[in-house]
Amino acid sequence: MATTNTKPKTRRARPIIGLFVLILVLFGAIFAGTKWSDASWTPNLALDLEGGTQIILQAVTANDEPVSAEDINQAIEIIRQRVDSSGVAETEITSQGGKNIVVAIPGKPSQETLNLVRESAQMQFRPVLFFGAPQVIPAPTPEATPEQEDTPATPVNSSDPAWITPEVMAEFDALDCTDPAKLTGGGGVADPLLPMVTCQDDGARKFILGPMDVPGSEIKRASSTFDTQRGMWVVNIELKPTGTQVFSEVTKRLVTYTPVEYWNPDARPLEPINMFSMVLDNLVIQAPGVNDAITNGMPQISGNYTNETANVVANQLNFGALPLTFEVQSEETISATLGSEQLQKGMLAGLIGLVLVVIYSLIQYRLLGLVTVASLIVAAALTYGAITLLSWTQGYRLSLPGVAGVILAVGITADSFIVYFERIRDELREGRNLEGAVTVGWDRAKRTIIASDTVNFLAAIVLYFLAVGGVRGFAFTLGLTTLIDLVIVFFFTHPIMTILAKTKFFAEGHKWSGFDPEGLGLDRTRYVGRGRISGAGEPATKTANGASGKRLTIAERKAAQEEQNLTAGLLNENPINSKDGDR
Amino acid sequence: MMASKFSYWGNNLYTGKKSYNVVGKRKNFFMVALVAVAIAVLILGVKGLNFGIEFRGGSQFTVTNVDTSSQQVAIDAVNTIIPDEQPRVSTVGSSAIRIQTNVLEPEELIAVRRALMDTYSVTEDDVASASVGPSWGKDVSSKALTGLFVFLVLVMIVMSLYFRAWRMAAAAILALLHDLVLTVGIYALIGWEVTPATVIGLLTILGYSIYDTVVVFDKVRENTEAITEQHLATYSERANLAVNQTLVRSINTSVVALLPVGSILFIGTFILGAGTLRDIALSLFIGMAVGTYSSIFLATPLEVALRLREPVIAQHTKEVLGERAARKAIAEGTAVDANAVVASSTGTIVSGGHLGNRTVPKRKKK
Repeated sequence: MATTNTKPKTRRARPIIGLFVLILVLFGAIFAGTKWSDASWTPNLALDLEGGTQIILQAVTANDEPVSAEDINQAIEIIRQRVDSSGVAETEITSQGGKNIVVAIPGKPSQETLNLVRESAQMQFRPVLFFGAPQVIPAPTPEATPEQEDTPATPVNSSDPAWITPEVMAEFDALDCTDPAKLTGGGGVADPLLPMVTCQDDGARKFILGPMDVPGSEIKRASSTFDTQRGMWVVNIELKPTGTQVFSEVTKRLVTYTPVEYWNPDARPLEPINMFSMVLDNLVIQAPGVNDAITNGMPQISGNYTNETANVVANQLNFGALPLTFEVQSEETISATLGSEQLQKGMLAGLIGLVLVVIYSLIQYRLLGLVTVASLIVAAALTYGAITLLSWTQGYRLSLPGVAGVILAVGITADSFIVYFERIRDELREGRNLEGAVTVGWDRAKRTIIASDTVNFLAAIVLYFLAVGGVRGFAFTLGLTTLIDLVIVFFFTHPIMTILAKTKFFAEGHKWSGFDPEGLGLDRTRYVGRGRISGAGEPATKTANGASGKRLTIAERKAAQEEQNLTAGLLNENPINSKDGDR
Repeated sequence: MMASKFSYWGNNLYTGKKSYNVVGKRKNFFMVALVAVAIAVLILGVKGLNFGIEFRGGSQFTVTNVDTSSQQVAIDAVNTIIPDEQPRVSTVGSSAIRIQTNVLEPEELIAVRRALMDTYSVTEDDVASASVGPSWGKDVSSKALTGLFVFLVLVMIVMSLYFRAWRMAAAAILALLHDLVLTVGIYALIGWEVTPATVIGLLTILGYSIYDTVVVFDKVRENTEAITEQHLATYSERANLAVNQTLVRSINTSVVALLPVGSILFIGTFILGAGTLRDIALSLFIGMAVGTYSSIFLATPLEVALRLREPVIAQHTKEVLGERAARKAIAEGTAVDANAVVASSTGTIVSGGHLGNRTVPKRKKK
């Protein structure tokens, strides 16, 4: 054997070892996950396989104004706040295609939960009448409120403490903002003409608020900026003309009231506070005091904001500027039994498909088909590991279209082996020996496989980002399996082929090897170039071409020929060997 | 052995000993494609697609653990609540049925659910319901169209860069559109419901059809490299050789890709009944079969037709044919078998065509 073209065995096996290390690491990570974290050995299933309710909501604006991605994200945050506070585990809320929100609730959700999800959220600016600690206040002492009962005066403006009737006060006292269930928000749009009792969104305080002064739709835009003069993050709001006018009057009124710092909740009669609140989804998100009358419609809120919190507030305000209502586009409950039957039968279909592919490639490629089988098995292990790992770390859920994508991948993965094998056969027909054919064939097949996998991957990405319905799950598995296909072809199938090309069984073109020279049409003596002839039923010999298919130097050729003389019997068309040939 | 014959056939295709003149008869294949597309459009116009409730809007009930698969029972149950409703009933899986109606009010929905529960004597958990607004399907369709457009633009760019010839990309995309129209047409003919799963299948065909074409075109490119530096074969002959050389691969890959899809289709149709897997598998199965056909019989002929418009290629073809005619004339003059000068459709000289003693004057009989 010519020494120049024999890599050490370990070097040729290196990619395969690398691949197995990768698979071990993958499953090792999952194993570690099951031991010390919440991973499991099976991927999480999406609703259509597990059963549950899926609601697709479309965000609709009053006059078809465009909805921005931030608004959708804010809407998702609001729905998440509602659902999480109501204690439903593992609800998945995602945006879909820019305008839709998909809420997937596993199991059998209650009617209340479903209502929570469907409600629209609105923003209101209301003056604060009263606030206090979030806990329940024990039944009021008899002397605490009698004065107010004496004066059932009609309130003169929205900040008038006269709005606090005993009923309102009792509601306030009974409200427990430390209970997460009270922080769900929702509950429809509060009547703008009446006072309301509610919690701060983080449950830190509870409030009695006067009737609405400015609706959120009067906000033109909000942004967070860094105030360099004061060295702090602030939120700037810009109001629309009507809002500017109303807000100017409101602030002129509020600025005359008692500042928050001096306000005493126990004082009787109760003093009005200079505080107003921004209420989103019936929860107070901000309650700043008013220091100056703001007549230009550009209020600025400052607090102990960080860059992040200022952004959150600005996003909330922007969302308030665009009152979204959610239209239920589809609501679907899927029974768990039906889902599991679909999964079972889907897997059965995949198995049948796999077996058929194996049988076909064994018929077509004989024992070479076993390389396909081995590659498919490794690909299956890698795919299963990747999906399980992603479902643990990224929250990926396998859906029925996803299963279909995996089954389809069997065909696409086997496809690239066929491209490769056919290329090797083509090179054999050109008269190369197997090692040379594998090297040259690989060079060409590699390009084709990369180009066609790129197209497939492109399709998967486009599908994924314009995802609708179950397309996303399908696109994901399609893209994942395309990548795995590349990994397998490069790090498993090709290295295996180079190793097999060294074995006598394949290199001599055994009848069952799939490289049977007779089958490849090498059935007559023919000219194979550079003054050489190849006999019937023989693949091209190694005399002049090295494994790389490149021309050898004279010295190498001599060495090779000497070696052949020693291993006589194989090369009966070689004149040097003819006298001591077999027989 | 069959497989051995198959690879023997493949070998002959490879060397050009045996070849199918696909590119030379391209006008016929264009006609076939045009007629097929026309028929598909006709089917779409006359029969139309049978849109599922995701597109029409409607309510759907799935009753699991039922003993009887009689559909009349379900229709009667629905009619006790809404007398003039005509529900569509289909079997899903081994022990479930699906009932689809027009959009129901929430109260009606609950009432129908209860009626179905009583009729089939199952528990509340066994009856699942769903409502879909008609706008959802519209959203899906418009997204699918955007996806199609974005994909086509990207493919055009990637293929133009890879093959360094925009005409190849254009031919691939024309063939792709042919595949899509035909698939939708055949789907309409079969008359199954169009669901989002169908749309997923259709969008996947985009990738698969181009994938298949890329493999063939890669061989075309390889065969036609430095085409102008020789005068033995024309561009279309070399392209035809590529089609023939990749024929075995095309058949093998499409069989291998169709086998798993076929098994989903089989399981979906005969065991699972209506549902995601069945719809996805049908549109994929048709699309892949059509895609394989078009990558062989349409994409390359189209590509050749487009490439022949390039002045360089046109000039080269003219030169080759001119030289060949001259050679043939000489050959005829010298009693050499004129057909042996060049193989008919691939432009390769077939090995083993040695003329032997035919050129030697025959010995006169005594």
